[in-house]
Amino acid sequence: MSDLLKPEELYKTDSRPPRTDWMDTPVEIRRGIACYAGNPKSLEYVGLPNARKWSCFDEDWQLPENWQEIIHEGFKERLEKFRSFKVFMDICVRCGACADKCHFFIGTGDPKNMPVLRAELLRSIYRNDFTRAGKILGKLGGARPMTLEVLREWWYYMFQCSECRRCSVFCPYGIDTAEITMMGRELLNLLGLNIDWIATPVANCYRTGNHLGIQPHAFKDMLEFFQEDIEEITGVLVEPQYNKVGADILFITPSGDVFADPGTYTCMGYMMLFHYLKEKYGFDITWSTYASEGGNFGFFTSHEMMKRLNAKMYAEAKRLGVKWIIGGECGHMWRVINQYMDTMNGPADFLEEPVSPITGTKFENAKSTKMVHITEFTADLIKHGKLELDKSRNDNLSVTFHDSCNPARGMGLLDEPRYVIQNVCNKFHEMPAGTIREQTFCCGSGSGLNAGEDMELRMAGGLPRANAVKSVHESKGVNTLATICAIDRAALPDLMSYWVPEVEVYGVHEMVANALILQGEKDRDTDLRGEPLPGMEDSDE
Amino acid sequence: MNLKYMYSLLAVIVLFLVSYILAGTGMAFKVLFGIILPYAALLTFIIGFISRIRNWARSAVPFRITTTCGQQKSLPWIKPNAIDNPFSKGAVVIRMFLEIVLFRSLFRNTRLKMKAGPKITYNLEIFLWVGALAFHYAFLTVLLRHLRFFTEPVPILVQLLETVDSFFRIEILYDINQFGLPGVYISGLVLLAAVTYLFLRRVFIPNVKYISLAADFFPLFLIFGIAFTGILMRYVTKIDVVAAKELTMGLVSFHPTIPEGLASIFYVHIFFVSILLVYFPFSKLMHIGGIFFSPTRNMTADTRATRHINPWNYPVHVHTYEEYEDEFREKMVEAGLPVVKQPVETPPEETEKKE
Repeated sequence: MSDLLKPEELYKTDSRPPRTDWMDTPVEIRRGIACYAGNPKSLEYVGLPNARKWSCFDEDWQLPENWQEIIHEGFKERLEKFRSFKVFMDICVRCGACADKCHFFIGTGDPKNMPVLRAELLRSIYRNDFTRAGKILGKLGGARPMTLEVLREWWYYMFQCSECRRCSVFCPYGIDTAEITMMGRELLNLLGLNIDWIATPVANCYRTGNHLGIQPHAFKDMLEFFQEDIEEITGVLVEPQYNKVGADILFITPSGDVFADPGTYTCMGYMMLFHYLKEKYGFDITWSTYASEGGNFGFFTSHEMMKRLNAKMYAEAKRLGVKWIIGGECGHMWRVINQYMDTMNGPADFLEEPVSPITGTKFENAKSTKMVHITEFTADLIKHGKLELDKSRNDNLSVTFHDSCNPARGMGLLDEPRYVIQNVCNKFHEMPAGTIREQTFCCGSGSGLNAGEDMELRMAGGLPRANAVKSVHESKGVNTLATICAIDRAALPDLMSYWVPEVEVYGVHEMVANALILQGEKDRDTDLRGEPLPGMEDSDE
Repeated sequence: MNLKYMYSLLAVIVLFLVSYILAGTGMAFKVLFGIILPYAALLTFIIGFISRIRNWARSAVPFRITTTCGQQKSLPWIKPNAIDNPFSKGAVVIRMFLEIVLFRSLFRNTRLKMKAGPKITYNLEIFLWVGALAFHYAFLTVLLRHLRFFTEPVPILVQLLETVDSFFRIEILYDINQFGLPGVYISGLVLLAAVTYLFLRRVFIPNVKYISLAADFFPLFLIFGIAFTGILMRYVTKIDVVAAKELTMGLVSFHPTIPEGLASIFYVHIFFVSILLVYFPFSKLMHIGGIFFSPTRNMTADTRATRHINPWNYPVHVHTYEEYEDEFREKMVEAGLPVVKQPVETPPEETEKKE
């Protein structure tokens, strides 16, 4: 991050489009924006085409000889397979309502980051290759032939979109740039054009069950490490179950929460909640080392790869003979589960319709997919008074909630996490309207862009989110940014330290666990992070 | 100079001149502009429109990718946003109705301001929404009013619409001595104003200018031309309405005739409309049909409750649990993790496939 611009240099208030028309403005692939190419070993492991060592900064991208034909055929195939793609190629009127809705455009000022132009990058080829008007009118009709220059442009801008769908909320025709980007990335993948921050997690996930490549024994090791921490803080030994055949429920969460702070505290939160429920209500839940990833970087590669990685969830649920599945806090994971999983890998007729064994609540909204979001589950527990909570333990936290893109716009999970937060924390403040709920802004690092080499892009893309946090930080004294997404927990700390340094990032279930009174716990004097609880600041002595 | 709109403007001016001059040269061109082209254009429009719709309908809808713009239906005590996160088909119908009739998504439009601080603000920006509504409804009204030319007797509803639409009617025995001003139709003026607004924003808002194609200006100029020639005929050159209707009724009844006394400007008007009809199915104007097919808006958001079927779902390679256990069995056993198959003997050293 050493050569990263300072915030005041990055913040541009006067971005104007260049004088040259966008089709005549050549793409300049810049360091700080672009990500490194996918490792050939990762591509090979999962059978992605054209695995080789290359870099986007190279002159020669080592493409297959017939790459234009591959793109053309791939385009054609996807137009038939996805009505969304065909309709979205055809009906945009370029009204510009989407333009200033994109966090990457706001942050970078690059006009090709306007959702409409990002789509036009593909549309111009679509018109040329597949429409009569485009063939006749050429550039006047917004058409252009596929060239290497266009391909470079595609690659650059398809990896400057986090598939957050904010633009689709404002589009009068519901045109969803996430669809466009997904198709663009699928097409690029046909030529072996991928980024390593996506390709390697995909290969890891295929092999070890999770993006980070944590092998089963190491996965258990890591949770054991949390067990020790929890015991030290609470005096209670929690004992998670692994790969247990015949458990009632399977729990799947992003591996990021097992791996790195501050997600680890959220992971500890799950472990403490499940322990509490087991002791008090005989709740029987198991973790899996095979299905140890909630997230799905296949989603950022292709529909096929998404399905291949997602298949483990149902396969493991079936093998273990559980009744249903609970999913942890994660963003795109929930878009996949909510809108794709049952269609791709269902029907899950070997599972039961989810019923909370503790409250008896039927989760009717999940009766087919049979997977319940942990905040739906916990909100239901709280509503029925099943948890003993001491909210005051979170009194050092003045909390605001960042709606993650996918649960917001691909699901509508808005009030469940808020309900949970407001029942475990006393201080809660919303960020300004226009930046929350369905209009929430991306962290700037979603859809596999959470790499190190594109830090400028991430800080620019995260600007609108960070700026909204800053406003409640300054007006309400907010010092805690709560999220329900593992990528958020990995990305937002960097973003906060860049734009709003005094704000820390928390998972919702970390705060639940802080407030949760475990049976037989000692007098706690710190929270899960080892920070003194309110009123305990001097008890170290 | 913005070449993109100049090309389109030039095209419309050329079309104007060509039709204006030729229509004055004799019967043959009057037949062309008044009969042949309108029929051909209408046919192209109908066939083109239907084939575009069929083309969309042919593509599969593999996933239910609703954009949810409000709270989901989950726990019974959490109030769902029934319209913006539609759980039932009925709710989708309401959502689509509001989208198509009131341009609901566009109503959400905000304008961003980046101030020093740094401070970013988002304010409601309703001009585009108002302009778009004004344009579409004015166009619709004008279109419906023109039913007067294609029906005999004129339906009462069309007459009613004309009454509502008109103001400043000063007519003294108008049918006999043509004294005074025929009722001024609000819709025509609004249409002209709205088209002008939509054009100006493409020229003066930098982002919108940057994304605009020549193809975005052409229909605006064309529609401006249509509205302008119409207004000219009605209020200035005072077209022979009876003759005009004779021509249009001739078209409708498939007994086309070219009546005497129709000025060239009338043929320009008809020609422009014909061009618009031909242009329509091959252009972005198809958004009128496309909106009905937009999967993010026309689908329910109940995917976890009701399974959606992907017609081309195909089996894929997966990494099975057995393969996984085979690779990691010894480590799992050593770590005390349950395994399905116990290791039989000391296995050969596994080589790491990845670093």
